[in-house]
Amino acid sequence: MIRLALLGSAAALALVTPAAAQDFTITNATVATGDGSEPVENATVVVRNGRIVAAGAGVTVPAGGEVIDGTGKWVTPGIFSAVTDLGLSDVDGVSESNDTAAGNSPFSAALDASTALNPNSQDVMVARADGITRASVSTRPSASIFGGQGAVIDLGADPEMVTRPRAFQLVDLGETGARISGGSRTSAHALLRNALREAQSYGDRAAIGAATARPSDTSFGDDVPLDPRLSGRDSERAGDVLLTRFDAAALVPVVRGEQPLYVVAERASDIREAIRLKRDFPRLDLVILGASEGWLVANEIAAANVPVIADPLDDLPTGFDQLAATQSNIGRMRDAGVTVAIGRMSGGTGEQPRNARQYAGNLVALSRLPGATGLTWGEALATITSIPARISGFGGRLGTLTSNAAADVVIWDGDPLEVGTVPEAVFVDGVRQPTDTHQSGLRERYRDLNEADLPQAYDW
Amino acid sequence: MRTRTLIATACALALGACTGMDDGTGGETRSASAASPSVGADGGTPYASTYQRYPGRPTALVGATVFDGAGNRFDNATVLFRDGEVVEVGTGLPTDGYDVIDGTGKFVTPGVIDIHSHLGDYPTPSVQAHSDGNEATSPTTPEVWAEHSVWPQDPGFSRALANGGVTAMQILPGSANLTGGRSVTLKNVASRTVQEMKFPGAPYGMKMACGENPKRVYGSRGRMPSTRMGNFAVNRQMWLDARAYAAGDRSKRDLAKETLAGVLDGDILIHNHCYRADEMALVMDMAKEMGYKVTAFHHAVESYKIADLLRENDVCSAIWADWYGFKMESYDGIRENAALLWKSGACVVIHSDDENGIQRLNQEAAKAQAAGRRMGLDIPDADVVGWFTLNAAKAMGIDKMTGSLEPGKMADVVLWNGDPLSVYSRPEKVWIDGALLYDALDRSRRPVSDFELGQPGAGDVK
Repeated sequence: MIRLALLGSAAALALVTPAAAQDFTITNATVATGDGSEPVENATVVVRNGRIVAAGAGVTVPAGGEVIDGTGKWVTPGIFSAVTDLGLSDVDGVSESNDTAAGNSPFSAALDASTALNPNSQDVMVARADGITRASVSTRPSASIFGGQGAVIDLGADPEMVTRPRAFQLVDLGETGARISGGSRTSAHALLRNALREAQSYGDRAAIGAATARPSDTSFGDDVPLDPRLSGRDSERAGDVLLTRFDAAALVPVVRGEQPLYVVAERASDIREAIRLKRDFPRLDLVILGASEGWLVANEIAAANVPVIADPLDDLPTGFDQLAATQSNIGRMRDAGVTVAIGRMSGGTGEQPRNARQYAGNLVALSRLPGATGLTWGEALATITSIPARISGFGGRLGTLTSNAAADVVIWDGDPLEVGTVPEAVFVDGVRQPTDTHQSGLRERYRDLNEADLPQAYDW
Repeated sequence: MRTRTLIATACALALGACTGMDDGTGGETRSASAASPSVGADGGTPYASTYQRYPGRPTALVGATVFDGAGNRFDNATVLFRDGEVVEVGTGLPTDGYDVIDGTGKFVTPGVIDIHSHLGDYPTPSVQAHSDGNEATSPTTPEVWAEHSVWPQDPGFSRALANGGVTAMQILPGSANLTGGRSVTLKNVASRTVQEMKFPGAPYGMKMACGENPKRVYGSRGRMPSTRMGNFAVNRQMWLDARAYAAGDRSKRDLAKETLAGVLDGDILIHNHCYRADEMALVMDMAKEMGYKVTAFHHAVESYKIADLLRENDVCSAIWADWYGFKMESYDGIRENAALLWKSGACVVIHSDDENGIQRLNQEAAKAQAAGRRMGLDIPDADVVGWFTLNAAKAMGIDKMTGSLEPGKMADVVLWNGDPLSVYSRPEKVWIDGALLYDALDRSRRPVSDFELGQPGAGDVK
């Protein structure tokens, strides 16, 4: 909680109110705030200056600004897609367009997702048109166990996608990490521990803790500056090092607990080992990704106060690291007191980011199935709004209709967790977003197959 | 079982009729010479189905909303089945002699059918040792049969049953090859052998693939095909050789040619992986050139661009609701694909190609329906249910036996705890041939594969 509070105040700086933010009030809608509570009918949402002013029943409609009649509509915070690849790829199968993994890179932890983002990717446009307004993105571990430094982004139709660069580091300590690192989980753990020690000593020698030794970070414009010792003699290290200095520098904020470390771990024992990292590196700020067997160790995860970004509906023993996978996993972890978001949805197949709402709806369905453990509707919405925002360091700032939060707001044509429901309006920071995409263009062109006068190509 | 035996017998007795060259436009009157190609040395059909239905109780589902799969909706209706068969669907039917199950507030559909699955030939755990779906050593392998790869202990079968209400599915070879081999249609009944799962009387299918996959797989090895034109050249030569074989006396056994001749005879149905509209149009012309018929294009994300052609050629599109953009040839995928096909009167089947998606075919169909609604196409729920029941059965050639709740058909039935086109609904009970094989209210009616025994979570709700 301390971390969240600190980052929350820093986040306020990063959330610059855009000039085009509209003042508006949505009335008579069914409103769900994303904080876990159930939706409220005949409610009002007031937005001023790119921020939420108030949301709920009995909110007075203020003078001024556009009034949008929400009768028959639902209103929620924009969807937060946790740990995805939005903006890093145009077509997964077209390698030239795909920056989601750097398989031949000499660098590892230093890879910085914020440098590769493309707001014109159709994946971004399609996700935005479907109500996704924020995301956390990173590259996937490929050449090394590290995925690199992930960013928190917005999906607004403007050139600047970055809400916070270098917001987290990602490492794979599961089957994939073991294969990458040399063929065994032992190697993945050795690599990680060595890397953290190199970062630790790197920071100590350069006296990073001393305020005077730390150059101003204004040139970077965010709260996790690139380690300043990348240039100059301070960056020299002893001979026995594995990491490039760029990679070591990138891990300094991780080992100091200033940047969360997202650890991919599906198997119960992998999750336990990840939590045990804190014995050696007590300041680590851990988040578990995947956690298909999380329910087996839910009490330990809860006791360690480690949040989870879970695969939403895994129920098959896809590998020997998730033999115990069940759709009830998230509900059971919730019961144990674990903070759980849905995430790791990417690409254009079944787990494309816009299907997170459907998956959340399925978690609600489980609550009607004897023996299964599901979520309430409000909890399910929270797993794709406020909880991922909170895990990303933006509690109360993103993914919620709380007063003063960024006005990422979606007006839906029905229950947003029901299949087939789509946005009627999407706002990012109070700015109404375009919803045209390549797909909507194709839909309109082929609405009628009529080439009597001209080819279809003239229909645009 | 009965049908299968008859076909094999007819072929064996009328060998002359089984060996003739077909013009590719029909085949109904010809015996299934190549579909059950040959009689084994023991005189039987090779790898014949040994499926037998499990015992069931005469059952009346009373008071539910029923979608019969054939486009009809019945409110507050009664569904009667006994001895493995649907007896009647209607309102106010007498239920004497039946176990009555209260369906108030619930929904009934035919068993869900997935026309495109790799369960068993790409089973979980998805380890290399289980990679049995692509014989990617030659661009044309009509000689392989998917059933010889199917691992009946794939835990995915049980998830498809319990969460998806899936009662039958077509298991296809993968798409690495232009011609991937024979498919097999299975009953989703936990079995020790694949023969016990084989759907009695179901025709074989043959998997073909166009586009990126074959040319990538073989082009990357410096082999033909490395281009789309190479894809066609290799396929056309294969068909020419097959025609020559089929026109002969077929006396020499040739596994590849027997399958291709079965296609030319109209007994084996072509299931063609193909994304792009222009390629589908070319494939339909290749079929005309060579004298066979494409039954369904699978993954056909661009079908909406040629819905008219597909309707005219009577070719189904087996599609996802919303997959797009994961490869170049899927870049133009849109959610309105199914709705636009429906609008044109072309055949729509919702498929999964995925061990997770197969658990939610009903939801996928609902997404596709909603996309239509938003563009002004109001597709009735009863039609949408047909996309994952009767239409799939038709394209698999089993619609005379299953796919709808019509009297005399197999009692493959799902009782849903709510509207199957809602995300909030799940199968409560699933019957296959009238046998209750999944019951959400009774843990003992939940199959657990051998693989999962003694593992963490064995028998858990999944």
